[in-house]
Amino acid sequence: MAHQISVFAENKPGRIEKITRLLTEEKINIRAITISSANGFGVIKILPDQPKKGYDILRSNSIPTYLQEVIAVIIPDIPGGLHQISFVLNKYNLNIEDAYGFVVESGKKAVLILQVENQPQAQEILENNGFQLLSDEEIYRF
Amino acid sequence: MIWNKAIEVMAREDLIKLQENKLQKTLMRCQNTPYYRNIFKNNHIDPCSIRTVENVKHIPPTTKEDLRKGFPLGFLATSRDEVVRIHSSSGTTGTPTVIYHSSKDIDTWSDLVARSLYMTGVRNGDVFQNMMSYGLFTGGLGMHYGAERIGSMVIPIGAGNTKRQIWFLRHFRSTVLHIIPSYALLLSTLIKADGLDPRKNLNIHIILLGAEPHSEETRRRVQDSFSAQAYNSYGLSEMNGPGVAFECIHQNGMHLWEDAYLMEIVKPDTLEPCKPGELGELLLTTLEREATPLLRYRTKDLTYIMEDPCPCGRTHQRIARIQGRTDDMFIFRGVNIFPIQIEKVLMNVSEVGSNYRIILDRDDFKDTLRIEVEIIPELFFGDLLRLERFQERLRGELRSEILVTPEVVFVEPGRLPATEGKAVRVIDQRKL
Repeated sequence: MAHQISVFAENKPGRIEKITRLLTEEKINIRAITISSANGFGVIKILPDQPKKGYDILRSNSIPTYLQEVIAVIIPDIPGGLHQISFVLNKYNLNIEDAYGFVVESGKKAVLILQVENQPQAQEILENNGFQLLSDEEIYRF
Repeated sequence: MIWNKAIEVMAREDLIKLQENKLQKTLMRCQNTPYYRNIFKNNHIDPCSIRTVENVKHIPPTTKEDLRKGFPLGFLATSRDEVVRIHSSSGTTGTPTVIYHSSKDIDTWSDLVARSLYMTGVRNGDVFQNMMSYGLFTGGLGMHYGAERIGSMVIPIGAGNTKRQIWFLRHFRSTVLHIIPSYALLLSTLIKADGLDPRKNLNIHIILLGAEPHSEETRRRVQDSFSAQAYNSYGLSEMNGPGVAFECIHQNGMHLWEDAYLMEIVKPDTLEPCKPGELGELLLTTLEREATPLLRYRTKDLTYIMEDPCPCGRTHQRIARIQGRTDDMFIFRGVNIFPIQIEKVLMNVSEVGSNYRIILDRDDFKDTLRIEVEIIPELFFGDLLRLERFQERLRGELRSEILVTPEVVFVEPGRLPATEGKAVRVIDQRKL
């Protein structure tokens, strides 16, 4: 299992600067980041190399932060790569709540991060269908 | 459990007789003051003719402005030599209002405070950490004298300096706190940040909340965060200070000491008397004070009388917790709103912190109402949708309380200004 940290931030200048500064000071590397915003605030999702440490440092600065498990799965970086995953999940009627990805080897390999409603079941289905899931350490091996 | 049995459980008809007796004496004292001599003369009032408590309504009420205009000696009823102390309001809006106290006045006041504290369970042997400022403000010294009279060990630490407060809490195992409610909530957070659990590692049993109107929800938060009983109190410097009205252990309204104060609840615009249970402005007449007697003083505080008898057996009538002040109300798009209504809603939801701000602004000639609340880190689950739903829920709950829909803004904890004194909650940036 891989981990992501989700961070609450006001939709104001300087908030991302503060979060990334705190992570930089602790030499935490960020593999991927997404930001979604709503009415005056946003949630920043970060995939760091040391999730627990990142979580602790942000929380000790009283920034609302949540550490959670996500599915990190390798997909081919080709047309239809993502569809292979969504096809399988759809077959089992599993809803994707959030997803983002990054390329690790252009034209060959990408990593897809998934938040699915029934995470353990989704994980099992993906593994049974031959997909390679990654742990925190494995994400960083690329 | 009763400090002064003869007075506190006196039959109502005897209590009213006692009031009428004391009212006569007060009116005689008022004749010694330039201000009231003029009032009686200009309104053709013979103070001897006012023999019943109902008849005080013939006397025009006294306002804070009158007190200011009477500075320095317009309200002094004794000789200067009999005055042993003065107290004064902050005077941020002009000349401060000054109240003179004779030696007997201090004695009466101390006894009223002792009576109030005893009612909540404060005893000889308690360690009383008094976190209100000492000096011209009445909260510090007023409670100090009452607590000493009971025989508690008083720590006269005063307001602010949280690190030192915590040091005393730990090393003297303080059992009773006298504190401003907004500071109580801040203090519990800072104690936790110091690595202590205010519920387990300290020895606090009783928290006396004063100097700031607050909601029932805030009281519950204070109780929960310290695992102690918190009691509401009422007082104002013009009526000595603390010890005018206080909650008993039933925590259901504050017994107003009617042997020392004559109360009326009136409609703020017409000054007509309100029915029992009807919300109005509290008017108070001093019945004991020698040096500065005041008649029908307009407190600007809104409350109502709770008529049903209290299970504690005290016969002095209770007033409800202050529902607002005639001068802290703001008008937003034609609707009258009291900040305490907003506080009530916010303190009832566990997902938000104890600090909040109400910001009124004007945008293209349209008024805006923005409420900033802090998100509690423990209750953040990384979910945008959940926060949006929560924001929507808060807007709905606020709308049903204040009848208009405010903008609700979530901020990170610690981003709103925190204060060790009275909190500034409302910021009105509307320019007329």
